[in-house]
Amino acid sequence: MRSRDLFTSAMLFAIYSLLCAALFAVLDAGDVALTEAAVGAGISTILMLAVLALVPRREAEAVRSNWPALGVVILTGSVLIYATLDFPEFGNPDNPVQTHVGPYYVEETYSDMGIPNMVAAVLASYRSIDTMGEGFVILTAGLAVYALLGTRRRKSKPASKPASNPKAAQKP
Amino acid sequence: MRNNGILRIVARFLIPLIMLFALYIQFHGEYSPGGGFQAGVVFAAAWILFALIYGLEAALDVIPERAMYVLMLIGVLIYAGVGVAGVLLGGHFLDYRPLLDDPQYAQQFGIVTVELGIGITVSTVTMLIFTMFVQRRADSIRSAGRD
Repeated sequence: MRSRDLFTSAMLFAIYSLLCAALFAVLDAGDVALTEAAVGAGISTILMLAVLALVPRREAEAVRSNWPALGVVILTGSVLIYATLDFPEFGNPDNPVQTHVGPYYVEETYSDMGIPNMVAAVLASYRSIDTMGEGFVILTAGLAVYALLGTRRRKSKPASKPASNPKAAQKP
Repeated sequence: MRNNGILRIVARFLIPLIMLFALYIQFHGEYSPGGGFQAGVVFAAAWILFALIYGLEAALDVIPERAMYVLMLIGVLIYAGVGVAGVLLGGHFLDYRPLLDDPQYAQQFGIVTVELGIGITVSTVTMLIFTMFVQRRADSIRSAGRD
C-alpha cells in the first residue's frame, strides 16, 4: 500500500499498531499488547499528527530513482533471508530461548518475589539495569526535543524585533 | 474543539477514567499486565486529550512546563536512588533485598518504586514533547501572521 498523503500514512500506521496489539493479545502477551496499544497506536500517532501540523501534508515527489540504495536494500534483504535458514525449528521446546534463563524465571519468580507477573519481575528486578537505561533513553529523548525546539523558540523572539525595525524605518 | 459540546461532555467523563486506569496499571503492574511505561503513556494521553479539547494553556495550568522538567528528572532519580540505596545498605546496585527485612517484600517494594520512577519520567517526557511541538506550531503561525 502506498500513499503520498502523510495524514493517511499516519492513520494507516495507527491501524497497523492496533492490529499488532490485537495479535499480541491473541498470543497471550498482555504486557506487550498494552504497550503496543498505548505507545504505538496512541502516543506515536498523536506525536506524528503534531509534527504533521508543522510540515506540508503531502510527501515530496522523488526526482529520480536511487539505484545504489535499491542494491543495498536487496543485498541486506537477501542476507537476512539467508540467515533465517539457520533458525531452530519454530516452537521447539529444546530451542535455546526455552532452555537458557527462561525456566529459572518461570519457576523461581514467585518464590523470589511473591508476585505473579513474571514480565514485571524480569523488567524491574532481574533486568532492572536495562530498564534504568530505557528510562534514561526516554529522558534523553525529552532533552533532545527541548534542545531542538525549546531554544529556537526563545531565539525567535529577539530575532523578530530587528525584522520589525526596517519596516518602522521605512515608514517615515 | 472547545465549542463542541459533545466532545467536552464526553471528555469530562473519560479523562478521570483514563487517569484512574493509568494509576491502576501503574500500581497493579506486578499482578496484571502493565507497568511504568504503559501507565506513564496512558496518563500522558489523558492530559493530551484535555489539552486537545480545552486548549494547551488550560492544560499547562494543570501541569506547568517547569513541573515537567523537574518531574522527568525526579523520575530517573527515584530509579537510580533505589539502586544507590541498595549499595548504601550493603548490597549491589539495584539489589532490592537489603532495603527491607523480608526478601519478598523488599523485592516488591523495589519493583513498585522503580516502576513509579519510570512512570513519572515517561508521562512527563511525553507531555513535554507534545507541548514543544504545539508551541512551535503556535509560534510559526504567529510569525507568519507578523510577516
